[in-house]
Amino acid sequence: MTEPLLRIEDLHVTFSTRSGLVEAVRGVTLSLQTGEMLGLVGESGSGKSVTGFAATRLLDPAGRVAKGQIRYRGRDITKIPDGDFRALHGAAMSMIFQNPRAALNPIRAIGLQIADAILSHKRISKQAAAEEALKLLRAVQIRDPEKRMSAYPHELSGGMCQRVMIAIAISCNPMLLIADEPTTGLDVTTQKVVMDLLASIAAARGMATILITHDLGLAAQYCRRVVVMERGRLVEEASPETLFLHPQHAYTKRLVAASPTASSRIEDLVTEEERGAYLAVLAACKPPPESPPGTAPLLDVRNLVKRYDQGPPAVSDFSMSMKAGESVGLVGESGSGKTTTSRMICRLIDASEGEILFDGESIGHLPAREFHRSPHRKDIQIVFQDPNESLNPRFTGFDCIAHPLLRLSGMRPGDALRKRVEECAMRVGLPVELLSRFPHQLSGGQKARIGIARAIACRPRLLVLDEPTAALDVSVQAVVLQLLDRLRREDHLALLFVSHDLNVVRMMCDRTIVLRNGSIIEAGESRALFDNPQTEYTRALVEAVPHLGTQRPSARN
Amino acid sequence: MASATLRHAAWILRGNPLTAVAAAGVMILVLIAIFGPSIAPYDPIASNVPEALRPPSAAHLAGTDQLGRDTFSRLVVATRLDLVIAVAAVGISFVLGAVIGAFCGYAGGRLDRSIGRFVDVMMAFPLFVLAMAMVAALGNRVENIVIATAIINLPFYIRFARAEVNVRRNVGWVEAARASGESHTSVVLRFLLPNVLPAMAVQMSLNLGWAILNAAGLSFIGLGVRPPTPEWGIMVAEGARFISTGKWWLVAFPGLALMLAVLCFNLLGDGLRDILDPRMRT
Repeated sequence: MTEPLLRIEDLHVTFSTRSGLVEAVRGVTLSLQTGEMLGLVGESGSGKSVTGFAATRLLDPAGRVAKGQIRYRGRDITKIPDGDFRALHGAAMSMIFQNPRAALNPIRAIGLQIADAILSHKRISKQAAAEEALKLLRAVQIRDPEKRMSAYPHELSGGMCQRVMIAIAISCNPMLLIADEPTTGLDVTTQKVVMDLLASIAAARGMATILITHDLGLAAQYCRRVVVMERGRLVEEASPETLFLHPQHAYTKRLVAASPTASSRIEDLVTEEERGAYLAVLAACKPPPESPPGTAPLLDVRNLVKRYDQGPPAVSDFSMSMKAGESVGLVGESGSGKTTTSRMICRLIDASEGEILFDGESIGHLPAREFHRSPHRKDIQIVFQDPNESLNPRFTGFDCIAHPLLRLSGMRPGDALRKRVEECAMRVGLPVELLSRFPHQLSGGQKARIGIARAIACRPRLLVLDEPTAALDVSVQAVVLQLLDRLRREDHLALLFVSHDLNVVRMMCDRTIVLRNGSIIEAGESRALFDNPQTEYTRALVEAVPHLGTQRPSARN
Repeated sequence: MASATLRHAAWILRGNPLTAVAAAGVMILVLIAIFGPSIAPYDPIASNVPEALRPPSAAHLAGTDQLGRDTFSRLVVATRLDLVIAVAAVGISFVLGAVIGAFCGYAGGRLDRSIGRFVDVMMAFPLFVLAMAMVAALGNRVENIVIATAIINLPFYIRFARAEVNVRRNVGWVEAARASGESHTSVVLRFLLPNVLPAMAVQMSLNLGWAILNAAGLSFIGLGVRPPTPEWGIMVAEGARFISTGKWWLVAFPGLALMLAVLCFNLLGDGLRDILDPRMRT
């Protein structure tokens, strides 16, 4: 066996923080051959990105390699002086980041930015660099590359910006590319296009790639070898098939179980040992009482339209209805109007046209500005997308959950309120002692639970979930999804699940509505809709979802 | 809770000793403002002509002026007036500016645009000249200095609060507050404003220094506080007449007092931001 392109040996990285030294990476050993694509998978805090940053020497000033070697073509790059290392950057290794828009300079045309990257490593004329940049834009398959040369980042979509980033990253023909969550935050269809492009470029140039991601499915689809990290340690390294079919380490088992696939059911999200407990909880739930025939549906939305000042309507002619205890998914790419629709149904914004009936009663007449006085305010609650932004930074967990109780249920501060808040916290599985903490002292999963506890505090009948798990790790997502499913069964709560994650929607929802450019293009029973999509658009959405384990289609290169 | 805040403040101050020095300076200023008249060794107004224009000595730490009044006593007694003018002016412009700005930033649309243009027009005036005009028109009184200083500061607070609220208006917890039954008005007053306070406190602290200078400046050119009332600006103005004859202490000491006060407030501003921001805590 030849010397690998990159060999990391017993890498330890420490960060000095206010509470002392923190070991982010503790003893990672891995190697990468020329032209190989390696998946580095882990949840937040697993040290996967730090490993990538250490390999390219882009560590934050507070962090340093405490121990171990990073050998690039046999040279230990932790010991190279900074000046010499700059030559390696770009020419030998480069990196692409999660948020492409933030990584590009907003006030410089993209053609010039690519040329800058070329000029910093090659002594050629500006003219030649511009020509090279144009070639790169063609290589990353940007349409109309001549025109796009003078475009600014804000004029391009997220997927386009990521292609520009890839163009910059490959501008000096690096041997090693480190892609840190390159498609997180992009729509599934865009994700597929960008990843396909990345894989084909890497194959064509013989470039080795480390794909850092939290998405096991993505790593499985594009990598031959996947490394799983947990809390700074490498726990398992195997081919995707082995990893998904026969995971060895307990953590990998949990991770594999928690990643929803096209066929998983909500109870499958935990490992086999824990499944029994969840099934017992489900069995204990009574089925929803049969509503007498002729009862109005819980929610009946008719011909909803939302127009803003300029442009086409954000939502047009949206109609749906929901029964108590039912769960309906609302899917679509960014800009499809799903968020606008959810806000109209929650009566946080007004519809331009159309009717919303709740329990047979029209609630659309009261303007959103006045809706806080409506008796139905507490019946319709919402859980927000990003748990980090959905809690008031100046409220403790207790204040957050108590707030709707004080406002909507007419409770007064005192023992009864405290008991009720603690009860809500316990229902969402949040330890009561965490209630006195402020949001920044809680983890993402804990904040998500407070968000859910707040939404269910007043015992609503319809809960709108706006991408409730998009910002969470898969293992936390699994717990939150099970929690929501349990609440639905126990309280006969109707769930309107807004999401771009089709696997999650398929698992959680009885029915699904697909939105595109503000209109419904397909609706029906979830399973039937996903297994046998009727429209081209839905089919593209379904096919773009990365597949796991047994269902792997053609693995690339 | 309270002890956690103190611990946090102590931690910030340890990491930033300059803030601690500034905070101590401001404390001393406040103490002098409260107890000034009883600390001052001499009567700040009574003249004592035989002792006129004495350089600094053990008896007169900062010398005496043309009427033989003790400069040090006048400086000490003046602290209260200068601080009161600055605090009152900044307080008024903060309260009005924060509320107006927050509603503009939250509501957007026509209200925001019209107030925004009005603010632009105000800022197009040379602010000090505007203040001079207002004091001249309203009358030479302390209240009018306060009002004039407050009004010329107002645009900064409106803009600041507007920008801070505007970036937060669509954040999850604002929508969550509405879903929990809050009206738009209470979302602005009870949710958004408290969250922009830390940033605004920094602005206030920096502004206090500026307001002191402004009040002193107005007195210096003969508007506002009138002699013989001790006030740092007037003292500089009166002392300036004697500087050509080498009586440097008449200008130097009030100038130094002004400079130190402004410096303390400005340094405090930066540290305050770290102390008040809940996200900076662990």
